[in-house]
Amino acid sequence: MDLLIVFLSAAIVNNFVLSYFLGICPFIGVSNKLTSAFSMGLATTFVLVLTAVVTWMINHLILIPAGLDYLQYVSFILVIASLVQFVEMFIKKTSQPLYRALGIYLPLITTNCAILGLALFMALRDYDMMQSIFFGLGAGTGFTLALVIMAGIREELELADIPKPFRGVPITLITAGLLAMAFMGFSGLI
Amino acid sequence: MSKANSPLNDFMNGIWKQNPIFKQVLGTCPTLAVTVSVMNGIAMGLATTFVLFFSSVIISMIKKLIPNQVRIAAYIVVIATFVTIVDIVMKAQFPELSKSLGPFIPLIVVNCIILGRAEAFASKNTVVRSAFDALGMGAGFTLALLVLGGIREILGSNQLLGTVILPATVEPMLIFILPAGAFLTLGILFGTANFFEQRKKENARQKVIEANRASRQVALPVEQQNEGEEA
Repeated sequence: MDLLIVFLSAAIVNNFVLSYFLGICPFIGVSNKLTSAFSMGLATTFVLVLTAVVTWMINHLILIPAGLDYLQYVSFILVIASLVQFVEMFIKKTSQPLYRALGIYLPLITTNCAILGLALFMALRDYDMMQSIFFGLGAGTGFTLALVIMAGIREELELADIPKPFRGVPITLITAGLLAMAFMGFSGLI
Repeated sequence: MSKANSPLNDFMNGIWKQNPIFKQVLGTCPTLAVTVSVMNGIAMGLATTFVLFFSSVIISMIKKLIPNQVRIAAYIVVIATFVTIVDIVMKAQFPELSKSLGPFIPLIVVNCIILGRAEAFASKNTVVRSAFDALGMGAGFTLALLVLGGIREILGSNQLLGTVILPATVEPMLIFILPAGAFLTLGILFGTANFFEQRKKENARQKVIEANRASRQVALPVEQQNEGEEA
């Protein structure tokens, strides 16, 4: 039950993108096509779960026992960078089309704030191993959800007659604002 | 960028022409997250500027020593080091501020502005130019946060820097300090910035066309003039 709450809270109620503003860059950058948005969401979810496991182990088995808390940021970001590199190599080997579709945004997962944010929130809230995994899974689901909804809306927006200065990023931001409002409806849930 | 090589130009570049938020769309996450009040915005802006300045200088100094393949990792380590310094100092000196900014101070590590400038500017230019570029980008970022924070604080809580400035009869619009308001405000600001930019471009184009027409009027008969207008 506790795990379910962690999951739902990260995925819907406190959606990473729409209420913590984590991962806005890919949210704006990759959300113009439904298929690439979905694969980006999956790749990010995968990295999020891996990060949750690895950073939890590093934090609780190495840094805290050794009293090296102040190295958290440096070690977390290094772990994340190498994980992303690993995922990139994996996707390149297994699925060339996907690799090409994600393009520059794949290595940029490293600087996706959602990943480091996840590691930091985990450390801050003192989650245990299982909670961390579910937190990562929830965050990934929430990210994918937001990205896919946004991509769906943007595909329709292509056909809309938007005032010229508002085309592109501004209208995306405003749409995200409306989406965030919709997600506020979940706030009493937990 | 081509002929503008003086440090002052590098500095001014960041404030408007290549403003990290409105022109390059970098660093939107902290922008949206911390701008519930002006104070938070300024604190975040200054913290980012500090990190940006020192990491740009250091990266520019050691750019020849870093092997090309591992440069991103090396940059990130430099950046994370300075972020750790900022974080520890803020916790000690301004515990209140540090609490209200929460995990967004450590998240400066992944602020794309810093890595972006390291990769695009500091790794190719001299130390002095990188320093000015970093200061300019930092100033532009802080300015954008200030404006955004100001709008949201005034509309969302009737206050500016903690003092009430709107009469109590004006109902504070809570939505502006909630996440949704952040997206809306930035979206509208962004559109407005685009609007002025496009009008400026349109005016400049109009002037060129008129100048062309004036010069043609002297040289060419009427028919070709019309052709020139359409082109």
